[in-house]
Amino acid sequence: MEKYRANLLLCAGTGCVASGTQEVKEALKEELKKRDLEDEIKLVLTGCNGFCAEGPVMLVYPEEIFYQKLTVEDIPKLVEEHFLKGRPYEKLMFREPEKRAAIPLMNDIPFFKYQVLRVLRNKGMIDPDSLDEYIARDGYMAAAKALTGMTSEEIIKTIKDSGLRGRGGAGFPTGLKWEFASKSQADQKYMLCNGDEGDPGAFMDRSVMEADPHSVIEGMVIGAKAIGATKGVIYVRAEYPLAVQRLQKAIEDCREAGLLGENILDSGFSFDVEIYLGAGAFVCGEETALMRSIEGKRGMPRPRPPFPAHKGLWDKPSVLNNVETLAQIAPTILNGSEWYRTLGTEKSPGTKVFALTGDIRNVGLVEVPMGTPLKRIIYDIGGGIKKKKKKFKSVQMGGPSGGCIPESLLDIPVTYEDIVKTGAIMGSGGMVVMDEDTCMVSTSKFFLEFTADESCGKCTPCRVGTRVMLDMLTDITEGKGKEGDIETLEDLSRDIIATSLCGLGQTAPNPVLSTIRYFREEYESHIRDHWCKTGICSHLCSFHISEELCKGCQACLKACPQQAIIGEKKKAHRIIQELCIQCRSCYDTCKFGSIKIGPPGKKDLPAPVSKAEDK
Amino acid sequence: MAKLTLDDLKKIKEKQKATFALREGGNRAKITVHMGTCGIAAGARDIMAALMDEIARAKVEDVITTTSGCAGLCAREPMVTVEILNAPPVKYGDLTDEKIRDIFREHILGGKPVEKYALVIGSETTY
Ligand SMILES: Cc1cc2nc3c(=O)[nH]c(=O)nc-3n(C[C@H](O)[C@H](O)[C@H](O)COP(=O)(O)O)c2cc1C
Repeated sequence: MEKYRANLLLCAGTGCVASGTQEVKEALKEELKKRDLEDEIKLVLTGCNGFCAEGPVMLVYPEEIFYQKLTVEDIPKLVEEHFLKGRPYEKLMFREPEKRAAIPLMNDIPFFKYQVLRVLRNKGMIDPDSLDEYIARDGYMAAAKALTGMTSEEIIKTIKDSGLRGRGGAGFPTGLKWEFASKSQADQKYMLCNGDEGDPGAFMDRSVMEADPHSVIEGMVIGAKAIGATKGVIYVRAEYPLAVQRLQKAIEDCREAGLLGENILDSGFSFDVEIYLGAGAFVCGEETALMRSIEGKRGMPRPRPPFPAHKGLWDKPSVLNNVETLAQIAPTILNGSEWYRTLGTEKSPGTKVFALTGDIRNVGLVEVPMGTPLKRIIYDIGGGIKKKKKKFKSVQMGGPSGGCIPESLLDIPVTYEDIVKTGAIMGSGGMVVMDEDTCMVSTSKFFLEFTADESCGKCTPCRVGTRVMLDMLTDITEGKGKEGDIETLEDLSRDIIATSLCGLGQTAPNPVLSTIRYFREEYESHIRDHWCKTGICSHLCSFHISEELCKGCQACLKACPQQAIIGEKKKAHRIIQELCIQCRSCYDTCKFGSIKIGPPGKKDLPAPVSKAEDK
Repeated sequence: MAKLTLDDLKKIKEKQKATFALREGGNRAKITVHMGTCGIAAGARDIMAALMDEIARAKVEDVITTTSGCAGLCAREPMVTVEILNAPPVKYGDLTDEKIRDIFREHILGGKPVEKYALVIGSETTY
């Protein structure tokens, strides 16, 4: 946005559109052109601002001046006054209405304010089961343009110039992938969609398939034309029944309307799509394994080359794209590559969808321009840490292939390049936020458990390596860690990364490496002091009640499943260590932060014998 | 449905835009129940049922209900968006059977948004 002297945010909510946004937009465009201001002033259509009665409304940045009730006739004067003479055009300036409902506006709420929707453009707006409603929001207009008015080369050029990078994780340039496949000669090619979404904590693709299935199909139709494919498959995991059901309905509607099948839109181009249900193995999200799985074989990766663009499904040239990648194709074809680049950064243009989960207040699905600082996503949009008194500790990005980013790095912008520098990866968009009560050793163990379990077993480094690492991590969390373990883990990681066959093994050690990098002292404390300071590793901690802080409210006493806490009302309580099983119930219950976590076996108070014998 | 041509697409687009805008569709209000997996898990089906029940009882014919996907704020599901002719859309969250019935009476029939249940007014920027 910095390039422009001013940004005009013209409201395109239904209310304003009904009172003439489109006409005003055309008039503004013309006037800016006439006055040679096109390169200095940018016109943007926004969502509803909540002032429909005063519409069409427009907000001018950076001055934040609000104009209301715009008409085509007013435009020349407004442009002259405000943008040539530099003084706001009073006549149309917004005046705060006498009484406004006490409900916040989109702009008052950071969760909505900082989002810009492209992939999720129809989110919550259309009935996913209605083809007509999709069409009403420009649906299949891009397919029509691509099929009837563009050559394969033109489509590929548009996508290449847009700089769109695959959203499945690796960020490979989509246009380039299409170009490779288009140049392969074959009697049959395939256009495939990856809806496997195996990362724990990720749900972006599910939401897109559920909320806007046609956007994915339209992207596939355009991709198919670009590479010359006549058949397509959407690979979705069977655990996503609603997504499957809505995709199925969308495909059937398209066939009936002639948007899939023979001679689409009378263009002479034919293409059809079917759904293949995956059984939910993580490795089946990897492209070569996914193709084998569709062939009915066991989903296992194979070495590349040959790349799928030359030999893919059934050994025919194939392109596999992620759901979110495909959902962006239609608007890019419709509006052009320049438009695509108006958001995001040079190397990571466009927007990215993130699934925010974990210890964060606004669990949900958000879309932001690339380059948005992590801090803004977590604190402004996400609303920060859910539990009031807890502090942020780390955000996990990229799932089992990614890493944990500490607080000190939250100023970095989310782009493919910047995230990789932290040791995490952009991945598909899962963002798991963790507060100070998270043990980072256990977190990395969790991910290793996942990858060791999901390893297909074909190559040794991944099959055996992840298991050995997992055993070491388990030992560390049980107090059986040894000096040198950290170095061995680092060493093993490097070997597994270098020698594994596919992306699963090549990235599996990332969660371990990144937690060692930023939270090494936690590993050391586990290994040397046998002390898990967050009290998550139950063998490596003990719980104590601070006499000064305890108010004697008896809440912990009631929560304790072991009846290990004793104490009278309004007097400091204490924990009988022999009975305590380190379940954390008291810690989670206490409102005054009076439960402290010490090293294991620490006995600050002798257990009163009588009470223990009662049991 | 017969096979579509480009002209047909344009016609459908125009026709549907009218229904979206409420105005030309002859409807006064539209209620969108957000039914992604998150919404359904949080009880969106019950919200829909309660709405249908209220509409039947009130015998109104210019109020339409429709379903849509996740509204993005999964933590506050079940959610609905209420649009009344000539007024900005209002999103409600954390709904229950009781709350949606209140909203139906006060906002949809009465025209006054229920402040205590409303999350936000307006819609997001699509760009
Ligand atoms: C173990 C593993 C799992 C993967 N899982 C997924 C997945 O669930 N969804 C996805 O889109 N890509 C996944 N990928 C990436 C795909 O192999 C492929 O790069 C991607 O689907 C290409 O689409 P894009 O170019 O649009 O990003 C995975 C890769 C690996 C190595």
